[in-house]
Amino acid sequence: MIRFILTKLGLLIPTFLGVTLVAFSFIRMLPGDPVELLAGERSVSPERHAELMAALGFDKPLWEQYFSFLVGILHGDLGTSFSSKQPVLEEFFVRFPATIELATCAIIFAALIGLPAGIVAAVKRGSAFDHTLMGISLTGYSMPIFWWGLLLIILFSSPDMLGLTPVSGRISALFWVDTETGFMLIDSLLSDEKGAFRSAAAHLVLPTIVLGTIPMAIIARQTRSAMLEILGEDYVRTAKAKGLSPFRIVGIHALRNALITVITVIGLQVGVLLAGAILTETIFSWPGIGKWMIDSISRRDYFAVQGGIVLIASIVMLVNLLVDFMYGLINPRILHRRS
Amino acid sequence: MIKRGLLATAAVAGMLAMGSFSAAEAKTLVFCSEGSPEGFTPALYTAGTTFDASSRQVFNRLVEFERGSTTIVPALAEGFEVSEDGTEYTFNLRKGVKFHTTKFFTPTRDFNADDVIFSFERQRNADHPYNKISGGNYEYFNGMSMPDLIKDIVKVDDYTVKFILNRPEAPFIANMGMDFASIHSAEYADAMAAAGTLDDFDQKPVGTGPFQFEDYQKDSQIRYKAHPDYWSGKAPLDKLVFSITPDASVRYQKLKAGECHVMPYPNPADLEAMASDSDVNLMQQEGLNVGYLAYNALMPPFDNPKVRKALNMAVNKEAIIDAVFQGAGKVAKNPIPPTIWSYNDATVDDGYDPEAAKALLAEAGVSGLTTKIWAMPVQRPYNPNARRMAELIQADWANVGVTAEIVSYEWGEYLKRSKDKDRDGAVLLGWTGDNGDPDNFLAVLLGCDGVGGSNRAQWCHKPFEDLIQKAKTTSDFDERIRLYEEAQIVFKEQAPWATIAHSVVFKPIRPEVVDFRIDPFGGHVFYGVDLKE
Repeated sequence: MIRFILTKLGLLIPTFLGVTLVAFSFIRMLPGDPVELLAGERSVSPERHAELMAALGFDKPLWEQYFSFLVGILHGDLGTSFSSKQPVLEEFFVRFPATIELATCAIIFAALIGLPAGIVAAVKRGSAFDHTLMGISLTGYSMPIFWWGLLLIILFSSPDMLGLTPVSGRISALFWVDTETGFMLIDSLLSDEKGAFRSAAAHLVLPTIVLGTIPMAIIARQTRSAMLEILGEDYVRTAKAKGLSPFRIVGIHALRNALITVITVIGLQVGVLLAGAILTETIFSWPGIGKWMIDSISRRDYFAVQGGIVLIASIVMLVNLLVDFMYGLINPRILHRRS
Repeated sequence: MIKRGLLATAAVAGMLAMGSFSAAEAKTLVFCSEGSPEGFTPALYTAGTTFDASSRQVFNRLVEFERGSTTIVPALAEGFEVSEDGTEYTFNLRKGVKFHTTKFFTPTRDFNADDVIFSFERQRNADHPYNKISGGNYEYFNGMSMPDLIKDIVKVDDYTVKFILNRPEAPFIANMGMDFASIHSAEYADAMAAAGTLDDFDQKPVGTGPFQFEDYQKDSQIRYKAHPDYWSGKAPLDKLVFSITPDASVRYQKLKAGECHVMPYPNPADLEAMASDSDVNLMQQEGLNVGYLAYNALMPPFDNPKVRKALNMAVNKEAIIDAVFQGAGKVAKNPIPPTIWSYNDATVDDGYDPEAAKALLAEAGVSGLTTKIWAMPVQRPYNPNARRMAELIQADWANVGVTAEIVSYEWGEYLKRSKDKDRDGAVLLGWTGDNGDPDNFLAVLLGCDGVGGSNRAQWCHKPFEDLIQKAKTTSDFDERIRLYEEAQIVFKEQAPWATIAHSVVFKPIRPEVVDFRIDPFGGHVFYGVDLKE
């Protein structure tokens, strides 16, 4: 077990170094000069330009800048955002709860609908339900997030249409909820404001659906194919022959084995969710890290972008590591084979 | 079954949504702002979004622009005197002005001269304890040449401050109304320094303005409440909320749904729907801007005014107003907009006349000319679609035998490359005024100091330069008007730009919003605005 964990952790180091290099180079490869963007049409003199570039450390050779970046990471310092003048780490973590809150709701939504739908489709293979579900999931999978988000806003939020849900944001502007945990559902519960929790929950409905649609489609399809494979195994036939109830066969024997594939898929969805969050957060004015990254890229805020990428990539790597460990818990054969 | 489930879900969502609108608060105006502020100390930043969230609500300046106009009015200074030689400005400060009492600071004294000295010394003096805090870049202070201009700032007494300049500078007073000249509390700065939390000073603002800062949830909301002791009387609104909404279509939906009362920068495509929408009052006003095409006057054959004028005459500007601005613009003939004083309406534009253009090109000995048109990659207030504009100009020039290639670069790169003195081709760009002074257009965009920088035409013409320099140093207002009017005549004769358009600014607001005025500088000022019961 320890060897398994150490091997996995050891593999993380070169991956992490690769991520830092990509993050560092990516933003610098983009055309555009942060100082020129700051000055706009007004422009700055060449002397002032050089002065500002030097103040940001951009006058140093690239390898030296990269080395400083790595040393900074080791000290827990990802630099200072060029636009807000605040430490990148602080800027990231002040927004992170919003993304986590949305991503958690989206993955719960995706799993709650995707898992049972996939199981039923597998059990009723070839039925109308199966075909319909597969059609819907293919549509969901191919849905452009931006278009899907705007469509839902127009349909559900516009007073000319249904007018059921709020358009965007995390809570109605009429509520003055103080930030305690950064999770609006919790903060609104902690506040004295009557109706704040309902407002926060209502604001989560559409972004959750939009962000959860693609993972839901993937989970449903993967669950279906994993279940189909398991349902065809000999031991399932044996269980049926022994007269076990269909619920026990599907729910206990088949599902537990199918879960390995499904959990892998859910684990991989963390990356998809964080990528999807960038668009979803922009449409719904959701103040998370996705929107912050987009703003930082457009401002050529080098430190914010490279720091943000490293932090997001680290989170994805850690979640996948966790998924690897969970394999062992769900199916000890994997652990023993790998050890 | 599924249908019933959907209906139930919809009903729950509806109840949830209704819950969000049920918490009626006394006079809370919600502004769907387009982005997040960079911080709350205006002098450190350059974005209008930041000024909206800071200087325009929380702070005052010694003098300010009257709401909805470019007229300078007294604010924290009740008045000022200018010395005969125009190098000394003595400000008489208002007494009894209270700073905000907030959760994080309780002032013990009223506003006085120390606050003025602090606010400017921080930007001016590299050794000031706050100079390097929060990055320490004061781009507007530098951009307006304040370090060269200000010789000294003297506290005469607690309520009198004297600015001593190195040279007479007539636009100085207009500059003092700009956002970077906002007045901070020196006492608050001292308190933060004593607590070792200097950085907080720029994130939790304390000013004398009509609204006091309550809280900022990053990228989400900024909350203010009315300053109860505001020197000009408490604001009619009790609370002000900035609900940060970057997408223009979403802002419109929020406005329709009553989730916000005022929104900036509507999508041009939504304007028609807004105009006929009973939930929206679509306000509009001519913008304090100009969109232009700058030739490179240093490169032949564009160093010849005849060639520049010929190309101007080849451009059908009315067609551009229709196609690019969709009517929401006005043909520009001068380099300053008509809303700025000294606008010379007597100048004659280079009218659209392709035949005359051909003849003038032939007279200049130019044939088979090939050049480039630079199209900005971004939408700006003075040019909603530079690519389309470039295509129209390209077609117009083709009619007079000029072949133009359209080029574009990433915005930062575009700004950088377009400054090059050996740049090939004519650049589409524009400008929105900072302080309502003609100098802010003519000297910045066409002055000799701007060549290789903000003067994209690379045009340095002595008769024009003499006029604008003289206008800058004289304090006789009528004389300034005369000089700038004359400068505009020289500009038209020399034609370093094709002046294209002054755009119209649209501001959609809810019908219940009372007395909102469009700010000519593109900002959003909520003092004086009210909501119908």
